[in-house]
Amino acid sequence: MPQPVITARKLTKKYGDFTAVDGIDFDVAPGESFGLLGPNGAGKSTTMRMVGAVSTRTAGDLEILGLDPNDHGPDIRSQLGVVPQQDNLDQELRVRDNLLVYGRYFGLPRAVVAERADALLEFAQLADRTKAKVDDLSGGMKRRLTIARALINEPRILLLDEPTTGLDPQARHILWDRLFRLKEQGTTLVLTTHYMDEAEQLCDRLVVVDKGRIMAEGSPAALIREYSSREVLEVRFGSDRNAEAAAKLQGVGERLEVLPDRILVYSANGEAELERITQLGLHPITSLVRRSSLEDVFLRLTGRSLIE
Amino acid sequence: MTTTDPAAPAESAQREDARRSLAAGAAPRRFGSWYIAEHRIRAMKGYAGDAIFQSFGNPLIYLFALGVGLASLVPQGVEGVSYLQFVAPALMAAAAMTVTANETSYPILLGFKWNPIFFGMNASPITGAQIVNGMFIHIALRTVVTVAIYCGIIALFGAITSPLGWLGIFVASMTGLAIGAAISSYTSTITEDRGQMAMLQRFGITPLFLFSGTFFPLEQLPVFLQPIGWISPLWHGTELGRVLTYGMAEPAWLTATHVGYLVTLFAVGLWATRRHFTRRLDK
Repeated sequence: MPQPVITARKLTKKYGDFTAVDGIDFDVAPGESFGLLGPNGAGKSTTMRMVGAVSTRTAGDLEILGLDPNDHGPDIRSQLGVVPQQDNLDQELRVRDNLLVYGRYFGLPRAVVAERADALLEFAQLADRTKAKVDDLSGGMKRRLTIARALINEPRILLLDEPTTGLDPQARHILWDRLFRLKEQGTTLVLTTHYMDEAEQLCDRLVVVDKGRIMAEGSPAALIREYSSREVLEVRFGSDRNAEAAAKLQGVGERLEVLPDRILVYSANGEAELERITQLGLHPITSLVRRSSLEDVFLRLTGRSLIE
Repeated sequence: MTTTDPAAPAESAQREDARRSLAAGAAPRRFGSWYIAEHRIRAMKGYAGDAIFQSFGNPLIYLFALGVGLASLVPQGVEGVSYLQFVAPALMAAAAMTVTANETSYPILLGFKWNPIFFGMNASPITGAQIVNGMFIHIALRTVVTVAIYCGIIALFGAITSPLGWLGIFVASMTGLAIGAAISSYTSTITEDRGQMAMLQRFGITPLFLFSGTFFPLEQLPVFLQPIGWISPLWHGTELGRVLTYGMAEPAWLTATHVGYLVTLFAVGLWATRRHFTRRLDK
């Protein structure tokens, strides 16, 4: 890996007795798209705030762009773009004014900010809404405006905390497309998500986090290869017969995962497993063969589902 | 032959990153407070109407009610000056207090909670202390402008007789800022809105306005109520204003106490507010 732009070693954050981030290690290479995947409360946002040089770590080492955030918070932040989980656009200002004002925080000349603001509004597909009130924008538009705002200083690293949570499918796809373009332009992306499809779409490499710890690390494909089978067969027998059926299925597939409403059979060949199940005299109400996803990786690693 | 260190290019790339960050961080470190002030002024567009009414409308209403209406009941004046002359410095200080109390109450709750722009500012190179500084630069400007307009109107009514009267603008503004800093040191700690703002108005601002020697000399109050005046920044500011606008006689040590009290309250309030902001943003 080339010299990383972010290096964390035994990075820890405690709030009183509660350990939100429990001694995690990771590196992010320049131009890489790096993800933190985990359920709510896993410590993703806390990690992001420490990387964003606004939250002071309790212990461990952290270096961003060769500087320690404890000593150089403002300098590091001058090179970051931040898209927080909760929108914090200024509702007293209009769309374009939000960008103008924000650009000034970085000490950029007004003319430069104005030029970039117009280009970014174009990029964020908001060029026709420049004079709109922030409150009148849809959720997807607000998020795109926040991304445009985060790009006003041409950041080296863009931090995105749950960028598409709460957006409808269409708005998510528009956003993914914009983020993909940034990635192509070489912007380093660090994002947290609890959506596996988002992680698969956008991340070159990711860490799976749970309860403040890193459970696994790798590319989405490598993680699936390592922690899951090629295919998954999902069978449903109805909730009252689920446990009973699961007992009879022992030995089918490489591994079984029994969920309250269905049973997951991990195997290289899902269809073949379904046939075996039928031969055993079991007749599922519904069955579905699909490819393994990061959801399965998470389930394997933690015994819990990502979205609860 | 020279030996090359394979890690050298990577290391120099990182040094270059660090150098660039330090260069880009230099301007916000120095001028960040002014960028925030610029933002607050720009955001005033949204409530310009209210601000103008506060600057022109309120003073006129009070001047007519008190200076013209109530004054007719006190034809002999107070302490050797007309009643209008007597209340004018108090009204200026109270006008300043109205502006600063407004700007340091809801906007701070708003910025942390309902529209958390302070977190947005802090994600850029701006620090918590700079946000507070910038807010107070803006508040100071707004206050001085408001009080100056007020002072001009009072002068038209003929209530300013001392050549040093215009200094009353700064005394009144300083009074407002000291009260504002005290309020913000409290409002910056509020995490849940349980009507504290209304309580502050009812049991803080209103009593200050009524019992600070505003409408009658403090000595008129029973002795046991007079300490309210001594701890009231509004009383100190009003008395100082009276010294300047019509040359009220008081010992020099007392004048110095007024100045010291207001400056100290402002400094301590600002310090505490900056501290609260810095802590709250670092979560």
